Order: sequence, then structure tokens, then C-alpha cells
Amino acid sequence: MHQLDLWSMAFVFMLATFIGFDVIRNVSRLLHTPLMSLTNAISAIAVVGSVIIAGEQKTTFSTVLGTIAVAASITNIVSGFLITDRMLRMFKKREPSK
Amino acid sequence: MSPDAIDHLTQASYLAASALFIFSLRWLSRPDTARRGVLAGVLGMTLAVVGTFLHPEVVHYEWIAIAVVVGTIIGVPLSRVALTAVPQRTALSHAFGGLAAGLVGTAKYSLWLGEGELTTFRMGAIAVEVILGFVTLTGSLMAAGKLQEIIPTRPITYRNQNLINLTLLGVAVVAGGWLIVDPTQWQLFPVLIGMSLLFGVLLIIPIGGADMPTVISLLNSYAGLAAVAMGFVLENKVLIIAGALDGSSGFILSVIMCRAMNRSFTNVLFGAFGQVQAAAMQGEQKAVKSGNAQDAADLLEAANQVVIVPGYGMAVAQAQHRVHELRDQLTKRGISVKFAIHPVAGRMPGHMNVLLAEAEIPYDELFEMDDINPDFAQTDVVLVVGANDVVNPAARHDKSSPIYGMPILDVDKAKSVIAIKRSMRPGFAGIDNELYTADNTMMVFGDAKAVIGDIVKALSGGSGIH
Repeated sequence: MHQLDLWSMAFVFMLATFIGFDVIRNVSRLLHTPLMSLTNAISAIAVVGSVIIAGEQKTTFSTVLGTIAVAASITNIVSGFLITDRMLRMFKKREPSK
Repeated sequence: MSPDAIDHLTQASYLAASALFIFSLRWLSRPDTARRGVLAGVLGMTLAVVGTFLHPEVVHYEWIAIAVVVGTIIGVPLSRVALTAVPQRTALSHAFGGLAAGLVGTAKYSLWLGEGELTTFRMGAIAVEVILGFVTLTGSLMAAGKLQEIIPTRPITYRNQNLINLTLLGVAVVAGGWLIVDPTQWQLFPVLIGMSLLFGVLLIIPIGGADMPTVISLLNSYAGLAAVAMGFVLENKVLIIAGALDGSSGFILSVIMCRAMNRSFTNVLFGAFGQVQAAAMQGEQKAVKSGNAQDAADLLEAANQVVIVPGYGMAVAQAQHRVHELRDQLTKRGISVKFAIHPVAGRMPGHMNVLLAEAEIPYDELFEMDDINPDFAQTDVVLVVGANDVVNPAARHDKSSPIYGMPILDVDKAKSVIAIKRSMRPGFAGIDNELYTADNTMMVFGDAKAVIGDIVKALSGGSGIH
């Protein structure tokens, strides 16, 4: 890998962390539980790396590990998005007084 | 399409996914746009996965298909757990995230070892990924076990605990460092994995149940950082971005949780909280005033301003819906009802809000600690349902109390307090509560669901008298 790639990745990491701090700070405390399940689902983007390892099938060892990693990530994606939406549907405002 | 064109497409899909993830979290900031946030997240994820399938290296699909089916079969039931079990589910999903990172790191090590492509940088990134991944895996499993109460929630301690733990971590780090210098020393790799797994277990077992909200948030952060490390290993920027968002979110939540309990990170991780009970309450026991549901109903009916303080005990007793009925009874009489939510009410950040939302209590009646504390002096009746440490005035003045300095809800400043409790047994953190012996406090003993049901009955029965 080029030295440049390492540095550009470090820059991406630094900037994304700042964006993360800024965006998350604005999330209402009301929604901190859904926030955690949503970020959980999003970070299961690890599925991308697992899919490559499971799909390139270079060795049996790597294929098995990659397959388990895909299953673990898909579990997080499916359950994470579904439960976040399930919780968010419950948040309702007071009905306007009759 | 030429491989070059495909690569551009894949990268474009990752770029769009990264933007959608940021929008997703931005929309989550308010309840009215939050569900749009989920949609953006799903869209981003779909794009990134489709983009990856275009990848020329992905040539076999059968194992992936099986894994997708298995993941869906596990994932769907996990999304339907009771809301009281959401903290355990969250801890489990941190474990899955850690597992995926650890396994991908291990697979990459074995592949690059065979191909002779382990550069210093790659090896370093893999070592970080594997340590973080496997520590998160076993640490989160332990946290989930404690939350599910399969593992004792009290801190499990032994002699030289911190020394032993740090030694384990030290061995893992040294093994990692050695591998960076000489990646062909593959025998060290299982050592790295083993030490990380063990360290994850030992890191969490000395932490008490009351600290689980902080621990979950911290593990959330580790899981995110493990994904970042995976991004560095695979040179994949969308992974770095998504991992950084997750990592910073977990970090912010842990800071909020630590502040809410007046503790530092090191104290949570190495302090074995709640274990040393400061010389159990000396002096003669003060008398407790107790009453029944009718007394509570009379008190509530005479009030103008009522604040309800729900704690995890309310959820354990499944009393949320009764609380909702009580709220309806009181508001019908023109009594103002507010809910006071301590940041660590429940077992993970924001847990109590979700539990009350499920009971269809409107979220604009839920107030955070800092917003409601000035109101207590003007409040006629505070009803404490299953909350304990977060309303203990000892936190303000008793320097010997383990919770001294923790910000609390100042319910003792209200004209009168009704506390519903099963018995005088101390709560989750194992600390006595002097609120229960205060002059303006009336205890109503019993199961929260039954007691509140009785109060509602007493109120609706006598509604004509008011």
C-alpha cells in the first residue's frame, strides 16, 4: 500500500470522528436507546469486508471465518434497523387537548 | 464493464452510503424526523452491499447466501425482544460486531501471511482490529449475561485484579508488537486472540450492575473502533466513516453516563462500584411511614402538581401501562403530571424513555433531570415508582456514601413524596436510601403494578367527591 493511502485514511477517520461528535451531540436524550441500535446497525457495514472474504474463497479457513462474519453482520443489520424503527414508532406527541 | 469502471461504481456507492449514514444520524436527532433516519440508514447499507457485490473478487455466492439467511433468522427475533431486554440485545449486537471484526482480521492475517504481503502497517492495523474485536466480543457477552442476570450482577472481584487484567492486556499488546516486527511469528497470533478474549471477560466481571449503562456505551465505542480498524486493514473508507460515527456515538454516551453518575472512566472500569458498602448505615434505624393505596390516592387527588419518577423497578413490575392509567386519571382532574427521567434510569442510555413511549405516554411529558429539578420545590406530590439510587438525597451530602456527588433528582424538596417499593431492600447498587425515612415520605409497600392499579381504582371510585 502507498504511504498516501494510509494518510488519506487517517484524514477520513479524523474528519468522520468530528462529524460524529457534532451530529451525535444534537441527538435528543429521548432517543439515546434508538441511537445506539441505529449506530450499531450502521457499523455493521463491516458486512462489506466480510462479503469480500467469504466471496473470494481463497482458502477454506478464510472462507469459514468470512462466512461467520457475514452472518454476524447481517444479524446486526437486520435486528438493528428493525428494532430501531420499532422503538421510534412508539414515540408519540400528546394529542391536542379536546 | 471494465474492472476500472466497476471499481468507480463501487466507490461511488460507498461515497453515497457514507453521506446517507450521516443524514441518518442527523435525522435521528428529533422524534419527528427520526424514522426517516432509519430509512436513510437502510438505503445506505443497501447501496454499499450492492456496490460490494460488483467487486470482481467476489466470485462465489453460496456461502454468503447461507450466512445472510442465518443472520436474518437470528436477527428478526432479536428485533422483537421485550423493550426491557433491549440492553441485553444491544450488548449482544456489540458482541456480534466485535466477532465480525476479529474474524475478518484473523482471516486477513492468514491470507496475507500465505501471500507474503504482511506489511508493517497492515500487521499493526490487524493487531488493533483483532484486539478490539475480541475484547468487545467477550466483554459484551459478559455484559449481556449480567443484564440478563445469568451472571451475577454484583461485581466479581479477586486479589490483584487490576494487575492481572493489565498484565493480560500487556501480553496481548506485546504479542501484537512482536508480530508487527516479525509477522511470520504466527504462533503469536493465537496468543493475541486468547489474551484479548480473556481480557474482555475479566474487564467486565468486576463491574457492577449499576454501571451497565456506561459499560454498554463504552463497548459500543469499542465495536465502532474495531470497525474503523477493519477499514484500515481493508483500505475501505466507508468502514472507517461508519465505524467512526459508531465510535464517537458510544464515546459521547459513555461520557454522559459517567457524568450522570459522577464517575470517571477509570473508576467505572477499575473501581468495582457498589462492592465496598461504606460501613452499612450506622445509628439507629429511623422509622418509616407507610400507607396504603387509598392514602396515596387521597394525597394525589389533593395535589395540583404531580411528578412521577419512574425507575427500572417499574419496568420489572410491568407497571408502565398502569402508570399511564394513573396519568390519565390525574390529568382528567386537571392535575398537571410530569415525568422526571434521570439519565441512568433504566439499564442503558435513554432506556426509560423507550419504556414509557411503549406505554403510550407522550414524549413531551418526559423531562430530563436538569430541566425538572428546579420544579420539585413547587411540586405537591412526587410519586417514585421503582427508582432508588437516583432519588437518594445522600448523594448530595453524605460523603461516606458510595453515590456521593452523583447528580440526583431532588424529589425530597417536594411537599410530599410517595415511594412505591416491594420492600426496604436496597436497590441495584446495594445502597440504603434515606429518602424512605424522610418526614415527608410515605412508603407504599407492594408490587408496583398492583399498587398503582389500586391507586387508579381508588381514584376512579371516588371521582365524584373531588
